[in-house]
Amino acid sequence: MAEVKLFGNWGSPFSGRIEFALKLKGVEYEFIDEDIYNYKSPLLLKYNPVHKKIPVLVHNGKPICESLVILEYIDETWEKGPSLLPKDPYERALVRFWTKFLDEKCVPTLWKTCWSIGEEQEKAKEESTELLKILEGTLSDKKFFGGDSIGMVDIVANFISYWFIILQELAGLQVLTKEKFPKLGAWIDDYLNCNIIKENLPPKDKLTAYFRARFEAAAAAAK
Amino acid sequence: MASCVQLLGASPSPYVNRVQMALKLKSIEYELIEENPHIKSERLLKANPVLKKIPVLIHDGEPICESLLIVQYIDDAWNNGPSLLPSDAQDAYLARFWALYIDDKNVDFQWYPLYKELREAPTEEARKEVLDKIFEGLVLLEKAFLKCSKGKQFFGGDNIGYLDIALGCYMGWLKVIEEMTSIKFLDRSKTPGLAEWAEKFCSHDTFKEVVPETQKLVEIFKMVQGRGKPASG
Repeated sequence: MAEVKLFGNWGSPFSGRIEFALKLKGVEYEFIDEDIYNYKSPLLLKYNPVHKKIPVLVHNGKPICESLVILEYIDETWEKGPSLLPKDPYERALVRFWTKFLDEKCVPTLWKTCWSIGEEQEKAKEESTELLKILEGTLSDKKFFGGDSIGMVDIVANFISYWFIILQELAGLQVLTKEKFPKLGAWIDDYLNCNIIKENLPPKDKLTAYFRARFEAAAAAAK
Repeated sequence: MASCVQLLGASPSPYVNRVQMALKLKSIEYELIEENPHIKSERLLKANPVLKKIPVLIHDGEPICESLLIVQYIDDAWNNGPSLLPSDAQDAYLARFWALYIDDKNVDFQWYPLYKELREAPTEEARKEVLDKIFEGLVLLEKAFLKCSKGKQFFGGDNIGYLDIALGCYMGWLKVIEEMTSIKFLDRSKTPGLAEWAEKFCSHDTFKEVVPETQKLVEIFKMVQGRGKPASG
């Protein structure tokens, strides 16, 4: 029987994506919680010497790193169960485009918006709003980015649905609201309502407390 | 029915070259529509409204953006010629991982920024620091080459594949930088596998018939430097 381990962190949206994918495919795995913000374990450094980050999937002893690449690997390796990527080449290219866009542009900019201050924050807020408008447009009349059911783009957009909402509230911001982005607002509700998603999210109070502590530490350090 | 394939791009761009290499390996006929990377045409903005960048492949009217994604699309959509990505999931993972690394803006080793940093380094010490980063990255890629090639001549094995294209597209500009700095980056004493690979790759038609000659690139470089704009697209 194949041995599957996932090195991640209870609060990370990036290892969260991999967990959703593995559960969607019905793959049994062992989750190893790494306290990555404080410590890089020897095992993690052994399996991901280049980037030293989670998530890392270890399949039969071989490490697979970088969350988008891990998702493709999962889709290719476990062919039974729902596909993460569509079969049609053009649809696949679109999914890859949007997941790259989310990871390289949206997530870092939204994250930066919450953690920066002053002029830098104003600039990040503007950029975030532009990016969210693009995503709003992409949803058009679809329930999910993947159409009628969740696909890889929805899973990769998980940060927006949950983590960003908590962060923006803690930062006292209202960048993503239902009024400004009705389709994204509806998507968030539908996405978080899916059993496979809601049963696997980190607890809201634990995540909020964790981020609040980090905000306070950052504010203290800035003084 | 013959399909209509157009490529919006500029021939000195390594990212455009990636797509051209993939099309050539699959024997796909296409029309190259030269775009000025610094002046965004209406046609480009329509084809790539989100990122507004070249290359864009337009296949029967549908646009596909982002060079590595286009290469994967070409591999998915056409069956002619050998696959660009390995069929084994583990090997495909390695190809994707290292291609991402080569393009990653968040790692210390990044082609263009590092070479620019090298040129602009104010002191000998700063210059050495940048050079160290470049060579560290190349040593990692040497290890990747040994793992992926499994003793064969290319990252893809006997045939040029996805990772060969991802890295090989830069070889033209690398030669320009080597000429300008008088530094040999792909040094047989440090990275013998990569040095040998580069020689084989650059003598292959896939490279020779796609990437402009070094002297032409040097001219473009000097002209663009004169205008004060970055050389790469």
